[in-house]
Amino acid sequence: MKWDFIDEYEAWAFKISLGLVLVFFVAVIGIAVLKGIDVPTCVTDFKPFDKGELVQIGPREYQLKLLARMWSFQPNEVVIPVGSKVTIYTTSLDVQHGFEIEGKAVNLMTIPGAVNKAEIVFNRPGEYRFVCNEFCGIGHQSMYGVIKVLPEAEYEKWKQEHGM
Amino acid sequence: MKIEKYLRNITFWHMMIGILSLATGVTFGLFQVLARAGIYKYGSFTYGTKIYYQGLTLHGVLNAIVFTTFFIVGFLYIVTEVSLKRKLNRGLVHLSFWTMVVGTLLAAWAILTNKATVLYTFYPPLQAHPAFYIGATLLIVGSWIAILNTVITHLKWRNENPGKLTPPPMVAVHATYAVWFLATIGVAVEVLFFLIPWSLGLVKSINPELARTLFWWFGHPLVYFWLLPAYLSWYFLLPRIAGGKLYSEPMARVVFLMFILFSLPVGTHHQFSDPGISSTWKAVQAFLTFMVAVPSLLTAFNLAASLEYAGRVRGGNGLFGWIKKLPWGDYRFAGMIGPMIVFIFGGISGIVNASYNVNQVVHNTSWIPGHFHLTVGTASAMTFLTLSYILMEKLFGKRPWSKKLATWHAYLWVVGVLIFSWGMMQLGRAGIPRRTHLGLSPYMNLEEKILMGISAVGGVLMFTSFLIYFINFLATVFKKPDVANVEEVDLEFTDAYHRENENLPRYLDNFTIWIAIAVFLLIVTYGPIFYDVFRSTYAVPNAFSPFNPLNLIK
Ligand code: HEM
Ligand SMILES: [Cu+2]
Ligand SMILES: [Cu+2]
Repeated sequence: MKWDFIDEYEAWAFKISLGLVLVFFVAVIGIAVLKGIDVPTCVTDFKPFDKGELVQIGPREYQLKLLARMWSFQPNEVVIPVGSKVTIYTTSLDVQHGFEIEGKAVNLMTIPGAVNKAEIVFNRPGEYRFVCNEFCGIGHQSMYGVIKVLPEAEYEKWKQEHGM
Repeated sequence: MKIEKYLRNITFWHMMIGILSLATGVTFGLFQVLARAGIYKYGSFTYGTKIYYQGLTLHGVLNAIVFTTFFIVGFLYIVTEVSLKRKLNRGLVHLSFWTMVVGTLLAAWAILTNKATVLYTFYPPLQAHPAFYIGATLLIVGSWIAILNTVITHLKWRNENPGKLTPPPMVAVHATYAVWFLATIGVAVEVLFFLIPWSLGLVKSINPELARTLFWWFGHPLVYFWLLPAYLSWYFLLPRIAGGKLYSEPMARVVFLMFILFSLPVGTHHQFSDPGISSTWKAVQAFLTFMVAVPSLLTAFNLAASLEYAGRVRGGNGLFGWIKKLPWGDYRFAGMIGPMIVFIFGGISGIVNASYNVNQVVHNTSWIPGHFHLTVGTASAMTFLTLSYILMEKLFGKRPWSKKLATWHAYLWVVGVLIFSWGMMQLGRAGIPRRTHLGLSPYMNLEEKILMGISAVGGVLMFTSFLIYFINFLATVFKKPDVANVEEVDLEFTDAYHRENENLPRYLDNFTIWIAIAVFLLIVTYGPIFYDVFRSTYAVPNAFSPFNPLNLIK
């Protein structure tokens, strides 16, 4: 394309800008594909549910059905052993909520009439706070919970204490 | 250009309604930072939370919708008449104004009586009083009438001036309005077909994900509606104020046309965390979002070159010597360069938001208000306040009551907002949510409380700066004119260093082509998104008041 209405420097500014954003975009998508850190996608094989629970589906593999409602999460305390892979499904019974785990790339809108999904592995023991990050009424600021990731031995102890 | 008295007065009222709204809005902004830092609790718990979120609704609606829309419509009237040297239709100007006023009053009544504490995004199934939705619709319809008026005037100008190129500021006006019109179609569909019937009780169910998707069809281009009039002033007023010329006029035209193309098919970057939309289509809109960064990067180049030219004309030399020579003490310069510098950080944090999976870290955290107080809250809002001084002078012959205060208000704001946003962004990175009365949150740790305190310091400085502006502006309004009987209005648009109009391809002056491509991009990218939403999400028989967890629909 001949752009004789634009001088040399402007043409360079144009090429550099375009190059810059393309590099950024390729880097971001590259990481998403190579490292598997992706954003949630369209879920068609899981219908909205009305009970939240943690289900073990294999060794170190869990399914967390997380239900949001005004103004609490069900369950609001999740205990798992370190190294667990958790598939989170989330929906809401009433209004829109959000679900975000501190320090993890899990940030899901929790929408009535829709199911959102994320997969995450907890490789380090610790307490991971999760909070509601969408305004959902006057109790919004106190809507939170915690995922406790315990070292193997402690987890076994916890299981016995809770009769599981 | 002789501007009739009626238009000068009505522009004044557009401006004034905007500024009074902003004054109310930022007052709640002050409460918000204090409440979040736990310094001020508004009395009892129930009262406190009610008013926090009611105040936040006011803050969002008044600052981001009412102030901006009134101000922009009024300002663009003057730009249109001055740059085309042609009169707008007087009847339509009045019709538009009163429609917007009635709409605003309806919505304001609903919010003030706490019947619409749903924030400015009004996501269902939180339900507001029908007056809120109807008011918002009227505000938008009023702005459509202003667009119609502008387009008619431009078409008449074309007939009278065959073969002439549209004056560059007018290209910016068209870009602003094209983006706004196509954007508001999304929210109009959401409100008219879904929210109003549902809030009136005519239909019982609502699909919240569909509503979100329609809202963000509007919600992102909305930010370009705020930004483009600021760009208009930076491109076509600032270089001359600085004592130079716009470096490249053809590039300015290209930039505004690129905004028509890429401002619209990008709303899904606000929905990276949403269910019901496949990640492929999220990635496509992420790509287009990166594309819309290009015209902003070009703007940085063009404006920096223009300012360098001005600095050199003023006798600056060396690689950076020209910077010192710029008129930093001129309130008009300070009031535009300040927002421009802040916008650099706004733009960078915006690229972070747009970065697809990186967005997972910041979505709906305090990072986001940290980001957009640098963009709309400063780049747009502070530029508009500077324009309010300029318009008072050009339309009524009243120079600022105190030019010193006008200069200092600009710099104080820059300092305040940088502190505020830094604190908010760090909080966001720690995972602290936005839209939250954090002063009452049980989950804040000490470090987070300190960060909140830091951002409160910034917020107090911003509020102080606004107060200085507000007093100065009112004093300007009530003072005697410095120049009596203004009729001729010249906004003093800048000259260009590069013009080359002979070589300018004609398609760069044909807005229909660019709007058509924009519509095409909208259809191609939103088609599959709506398909996804329809196949994976459902309408629910829900309606809730924010104060009560019981469904209003039995
Ligand atoms: C004194 C100046 C200001 C202060 C102290 C301030 C403070 C704040 C704070 C703390 C929040 C976040 C509240 C939360 O998420 O819980 C907020 C949100 C917001 N602010 Fe400001 N602000 C100011 C000026 C402005 C201006 C000038 C604009 C735009 C023209 C603006 C637009 C917004 C918008 C759109 C929101 C989002 C509301 C929502 O999330 O629903 N603010 N402001
Ligand atoms: Cu919430
Ligand atoms: Cu956006």
